[in-house]
Amino acid sequence: MNRMSWPAKLGMNILAWLIAVLMFFPIFWLLLTSFKTNALAASRTPAFFFSPTIAGYVNAIVDNAYVHYLINSCISAIGSTLICMALAIPAAYSMVFRRSKYTDSTLLWMLSTKMLPPVGVLIPIYIVYKDLHLLDSVWGLVLIFAAMNLPIVVWLLYTYFKDIPEAIIEAADIDGASLLTKLVRILVPLTLPGLLSTGLLAVVLAWNEAFWAINLTNVHGATLAVFVSGFKSARGQYWASMSAASVLSVLPILIAGWFTQRQLVRGLTFGAVK
Amino acid sequence: MAIVQLKDICKQFDGGEANAVDHFDLTTRDGEFVVLVGPSGCGKTTTMRMIAGLEEISKGELWIGDRNVDGIPAKDRDIAMVFQSYALYPHMSVRENMAFSLKLKKRPKAEITKAVNDAAEILGIQNLLDRKPKALSGGQRQRVALGRAIVRQPQVFLMDEPLSNLDAKMRVEMRAEIVKLHRKLGVTTFYVTHDQVEAMTMGQRIVVMRDGYIQQIDAPNALYERPVNMFVAGFIGTPSMNFLKARVDDASQRLIGEGFSIAMEKAHETALANHLGREVWAGVRPEHLDLVTDANAGTTDNQLTGTVEVIEPLGAVTIVQVRVGEHIVTAELDSHTSLAMGDPAALTCDSHKLHLFDAASEKTLLETSDSGKRTTGDAKTTTA
Ligand SMILES: Nc1ncnc2c1ncn2[C@@H]1O[C@H](COP(=O)(O)OP(=O)(O)OP(=O)(O)O)[C@@H](O)[C@H]1O
Ligand SMILES: [Mg+2]
Repeated sequence: MNRMSWPAKLGMNILAWLIAVLMFFPIFWLLLTSFKTNALAASRTPAFFFSPTIAGYVNAIVDNAYVHYLINSCISAIGSTLICMALAIPAAYSMVFRRSKYTDSTLLWMLSTKMLPPVGVLIPIYIVYKDLHLLDSVWGLVLIFAAMNLPIVVWLLYTYFKDIPEAIIEAADIDGASLLTKLVRILVPLTLPGLLSTGLLAVVLAWNEAFWAINLTNVHGATLAVFVSGFKSARGQYWASMSAASVLSVLPILIAGWFTQRQLVRGLTFGAVK
Repeated sequence: MAIVQLKDICKQFDGGEANAVDHFDLTTRDGEFVVLVGPSGCGKTTTMRMIAGLEEISKGELWIGDRNVDGIPAKDRDIAMVFQSYALYPHMSVRENMAFSLKLKKRPKAEITKAVNDAAEILGIQNLLDRKPKALSGGQRQRVALGRAIVRQPQVFLMDEPLSNLDAKMRVEMRAEIVKLHRKLGVTTFYVTHDQVEAMTMGQRIVVMRDGYIQQIDAPNALYERPVNMFVAGFIGTPSMNFLKARVDDASQRLIGEGFSIAMEKAHETALANHLGREVWAGVRPEHLDLVTDANAGTTDNQLTGTVEVIEPLGAVTIVQVRVGEHIVTAELDSHTSLAMGDPAALTCDSHKLHLFDAASEKTLLETSDSGKRTTGDAKTTTA
């Protein structure tokens, strides 16, 4: 970079800014629109300067029961992540420390299930959920999100656990530790940054999930994804309200990400414990 | 404290064609310090891990005290292990590391505190108790690993090359410390090393292994003086023993080869009775070779003559390599030797200290100590 002449430097700068603005613009436009009236938002000439209104937000929160969906989103994201972790930690443990000749193919197979288009299993799952009375239930979503994230979470934990020297686990064995003790007192504390960032990723993935949420829930168990998509058709083009709803559904996860970004970075760059 | 019995133990890994450990048979005395030594891959660690319960035994029986520990998991075997990599818990302080096993056993707090403090005092690490392993030097980590083992007061200690990550000076220090510790605690100890100096200085009994087979089990001196085969003879002692292919000359009662001729002793005559006129391996240690000078020229007629190829002055002694016929003979000489590269040299040896081995089987032709007699497996050909 130091070697560049100043025109080249300027050019690079402008290019970088252009790309940044280009990528950020839709979000900026969403934010802007959310403070417009529906009429203004629908107008054909784009308006950058106007007197802002929070009518869209009021509409989303008061008239459309935002909080109900927010709670469902929280339950499904956090609940599914907890279940996912509870299953993935022992699974990854056994894959790393109790290897068999099938371990590698199991890992690969688990990941390959992510390549299956979800639509392919929509009908069977829909029918099963119907029989189990899990349709339009947030607990149904907890289950499906947990299943959806399990392969990725196991895979990530596997890479974290692999960095733990086996001798440490064996030392715990010899010190008289049971399996649970080894997991809770040795493995989890040693990989905590990794575990937390993996958990965070699972929460984000579940939060953003729309396909299953829209197809399996309607009102009762519906999440923010369903809430936002609900603004689309039935009520015509209420762009401002819809933008406000979108902002509201993105906001919690953005805030969570903001507070945990250091944790995330630490977790993703988390190396061997030597 | 306990007697450990390994009864004819074999270990075959999945997919491995040969046994990693083959018919390992050993009964320790109570409180004995047993050293397992041998070249890389000979099965030392595997043996250790089978005793610990970290590896299953394919065949044979293992008794610790009066318990057959077959099927008893590591955590219930009442043994403590010191790993080569120390394997301290990185997230726990030194104190927590040492207290971990006692905490799991739900011992009262006061007892744990006392046990940890006592162990810390023995090892001189009281001032490190609140540090994390990351903040310790190699030697300190090693002490903590030892401390973690001794607070347990286990029946058996297992140590797998615990000093190999330390520098030379530290190694010598810790070596003495471990021996002292063992004398103080009197716990039956298995100690793995591939360093024969460590083995000789620490072991009450040494098990020399090769390719999964026990070659010889003996006290350090017996191992040095009466090795059962050429492998053990070459492995124990530095620099290694010299091996010379010699013909047993019936008429002159001498061992003769190109560039050397050594008189047979009385003891040799019986040993070589069946080898008259045939070839054997004669073994002589570098420290038992001397330079023939004007002063001692008349006193000996055992002579090895050749040219000096390498001279390594070590300060206290000088190591000289002399080409004798087709053999390179290493001799440990006085540091004042005036030899130079390329000089002709005549060496002499004390034939009492000569070792003799069968040319084919490479087993010794001399008397061995009782405990050294049982050797398992065929000695494989070593290139001397
Ligand atoms: N888990 C395993 N699976 C297959 N073979 C193994 C396994 N562990 C060890 N072996 C083999 O068993 C033999 C003995 O290995 P071991 O680790 O006991 O040697 P060692 O004497 O401790 O050597 P070193 O001095 O290098 O530590 C070796 O040939 C090794 O390749
Ligand atoms: Mg080893």
